[in-house]
Amino acid sequence: MPASDFSRRRFLGTATVAGLGTVVLSSCGDSDTGSTDGRGRTVVEWWNIQTTQPSKRLWAEQAKAYEKAHPDVRIKLVTLENEAFKSKLTALTSSNKLPDLFHTWGGGVLKQQVDAGLVEDLTDSVKPWIDDLVPVSKEAYQFDGKLYAVPIDIGGVGFWYNKALFKKAGVATPPTTWSDFLDTVRKLKTAGITPIALAGKDKWPGMYYWAYLAMRIAGVDGMQKAAEAKDFTGDDFVKAGEHIKELVALQPFQKGFLGAAFSGPTGEAAQMGNGKAAMELMGQWAPTVQAAEGKGIGNDLGFFPFPSVEGGKGKGTDVFGGGGGYALRKGAPKEAIDFLKFFMGAESDSKLVKAGVLIPINKGSMGALTDPYLKAVSDMLNASTGFQLYLDQAYPPAVGQEVNDSVAALIAGSKSPEQVARSITQVAKSQ
Amino acid sequence: MTSIQARDVRRDIAKEPSGVSADSRPRMRRLRDWLTPFVFTVPALVLFCLLVLTPILYALYVSFFNWGGIGSPSDFVGLDNFIRLFDDPVFLGDLSRGGMLVAFSLVLQLPFALVMAVLLNQKLRGRAVYRMLFFAPYVLSEVITGVLFSMIFQPDQGLADKALGAIGLDGLGGLWFAGQGSVLPTLFLVMTWKYFGFHMMLYLAGLQGIPAELHEAARLDGAGAWQRFRHITLPLLGPTIRMTIFLSVIGAIQLFDLVWVVTQGGPDHHSETMAVTMFQFGFKRYQVGYASAISIAMFLISLFFALVYQRFVLRRDTEGALTNMRATR
Repeated sequence: MPASDFSRRRFLGTATVAGLGTVVLSSCGDSDTGSTDGRGRTVVEWWNIQTTQPSKRLWAEQAKAYEKAHPDVRIKLVTLENEAFKSKLTALTSSNKLPDLFHTWGGGVLKQQVDAGLVEDLTDSVKPWIDDLVPVSKEAYQFDGKLYAVPIDIGGVGFWYNKALFKKAGVATPPTTWSDFLDTVRKLKTAGITPIALAGKDKWPGMYYWAYLAMRIAGVDGMQKAAEAKDFTGDDFVKAGEHIKELVALQPFQKGFLGAAFSGPTGEAAQMGNGKAAMELMGQWAPTVQAAEGKGIGNDLGFFPFPSVEGGKGKGTDVFGGGGGYALRKGAPKEAIDFLKFFMGAESDSKLVKAGVLIPINKGSMGALTDPYLKAVSDMLNASTGFQLYLDQAYPPAVGQEVNDSVAALIAGSKSPEQVARSITQVAKSQ
Repeated sequence: MTSIQARDVRRDIAKEPSGVSADSRPRMRRLRDWLTPFVFTVPALVLFCLLVLTPILYALYVSFFNWGGIGSPSDFVGLDNFIRLFDDPVFLGDLSRGGMLVAFSLVLQLPFALVMAVLLNQKLRGRAVYRMLFFAPYVLSEVITGVLFSMIFQPDQGLADKALGAIGLDGLGGLWFAGQGSVLPTLFLVMTWKYFGFHMMLYLAGLQGIPAELHEAARLDGAGAWQRFRHITLPLLGPTIRMTIFLSVIGAIQLFDLVWVVTQGGPDHHSETMAVTMFQFGFKRYQVGYASAISIAMFLISLFFALVYQRFVLRRDTEGALTNMRATR
C-alpha cells in the first residue's frame, strides 16, 4: 500500500517539526530580568520565616508601611516554615534562582553561597547606617572583612525552666555547675517530673548540649582552633560526649523523645508549654513557641544560662547562639537595601522589639525591650565573655549535619563519645 | 474528499523517480518499515530523553565527583562515592530495612489484601461500602497520612495508646514511631493501612474475570472452598498477583514521603530508606556527588529487579501480547 505511505510521511514531517518546535520554543521563554509588576512597580521578593504571630502580622505591616512611603516599590512576602524554607532555599541555591531578599543565619551556608558568587556584597551600600547596629550582631555575616547580610535579630541559647515544677521538686535555685545540674535532674526525676523536653527527631536541639559542653570544656578559643584544624578528636570534645552520656543515663527526657519534633502539638515546645516537662535547652524563641504550641506557662517560666563545667577552660558567661539576617541575591533591585535600612531603622526596630518578637539590634531601640524573657537573653548576650555561632550554621552544612547526626546517635546510645568526635573530624577533613 | 486524495496519491506515485532499480526497492521498503515506527515515536522519545534519560545520565556523571551542588562539578573522585556506599552503615542499613519492608509486604500485606478481596467478592450486604472504605486510604496523600498517624501513635497521649488503655491493653502500647525497635513495624502498619486497598481493588478486578462456571463445575465435582480457591482462584489470579508483587517491591524500594513526614528516618536511622538517605546527603549536607551515587544505586537495584522479574516471572503473562513488526504486515 504505497499510496498511504505518502500521506503518512507528510503527516509525520509536520508532527515532528511541530514537536521539536515546541521543545525549542519552551526552552527560550526563560529569562531572569523582568521584576516589575503590572503597575510598573519594582518587585522585591522577600522570603522570611515569620510563621507565628505577632511576627507574621508585623512583617506584613512593615512591608505595607514601606510600600506606602515608596509607591514605586512592591514588597512581595513569601513566608515559609523553618524547615521548608531551608530545603526550598537549598534547591534554589543549586539552580541559582535565589529570591531578592532572603532570610539567612550566616556562617557556613551563607559562606558557600558567597563563594559561589550568588550573594550581593553589602559592605559599601550599607555603610552610611550600618554602624547604628550592635557590632556583635554582624559577626555571623562577615567574611574577609566584607558584610553579606543585614542582621535583624540576635539571640542565645540557655535553659528555660518551669519554676513551679522546680519548686515542687525542692530545687530552690537554678543550677550553675554541671554536677548541680545533674542533681537537679535527679531531684526532678524523684519527684515524678519529666526533667527535660527534647526534640529527638529534629536533632539540632540535642546538638545544643554537645556544643555547650564542648564550649564550657574547650573554651570558645578551643572550639575555633578545632574548627580551623578540622580536628575534633581532642580530649575536650570526647569529654563533652561523656558528659552527655552521664545525662542520658539519668533518663531525663520525655517518653518517646526520639520521635518528637520541636514544634507541633506533641513536640518539645508543647511539652514545656503544657507544663509537662521542667526544662528545655533552647534559644530566645522558646517562650513564643511554647505559647503557640501549648498553653504557655506564663510567669512560671524562668531562664538560666548553661551551667559551667568544673575544670573547663570555658567561662559560664560564654554564649552559644546566633541570629537572623537578610541577604540579597546578586543583582537584586537596589530598593531591597533601602527597604532593609527602613526595616532595621530605630523606629521600625523599636516597633518589632516592643512587640516582643526581636532582641534589639539598633542601638536606638534598646529601650524598647520590655519582655522579661527576651531581656534575660539580651542581658546574657550583653554580659557575654565569648560568642560561638550555632554549629550547624558556623560549619559547612555537611559538618553541621554530621554534628547533629552523631550527637543524636550518642543520645540514642548507638555511638560512643569517641566515635562522635571521630565522625565529625572525618567529615570536616573531607570538606 | 476521499476521491480527490486518492487521485493526488496516484499522481504522486506516477511521479516517483524512475531511477530506482528493481532490486533496491525491497531494501528501501525494509528501511521504511524500520523508520516509520521510529519517526512516530520521535515526540515521545524527545520528551523521554529530556525528562528521564538526561537527568539519569547527569546523576551518573555527578556521582563521580565530590561536589557541593553549587557551580559545576570539578573534583573528580572516580568510584570513591560508590566505594563509600559499601562502607556506610546507614546505606547498608537502608538495604536491610528495604529488604525487610519488601518481605513484610509480600508475606503480610499482599495476602491480607487477597483475603479481603476474596471476602468482598462474595454476595454481601453493603459490600460496595466496604470496598470504598478500604480503598479510601489509598486516595489520601502520603503527607496527610503521615501527619495523621504521627498524632495517633504519639506515645501515651495519642489515640492508639488511649484506645488501648481504655480496653485495658496498656501493655500493648508503647513508643511506636519513637522506639528504635518499634518504628519499622509501626511504619509497616501504616503502609499496610494505606496500600492494601489498592492491591485489594486489583485482586477484585482479577476475581471478576474468573468465570463462575469453573467454580460451579468444581463444586459439582465435590471440591471444597479451599480446594476451589487453591486450584481455580489462585492460578487464574496469577497475572494480577505477579503484577501486584512487582508494584509492591518497586514501591518499597522507593519509599520516601511517608518516612520523611513521620520520622525523617529516625530514631537514629532506624526507619531510614535509601531515598531518605539520598535526600539527607543531597539537600541537607549538600554532598550532591554522594547523593547521586545513592540515587544511581537505587536506580540500578530497581532496574535489576525489574529486568529479572520481567524476564523470569512476568514473561508468561506478556507472552503473545507482544507482536512482531513483520508478522503484522
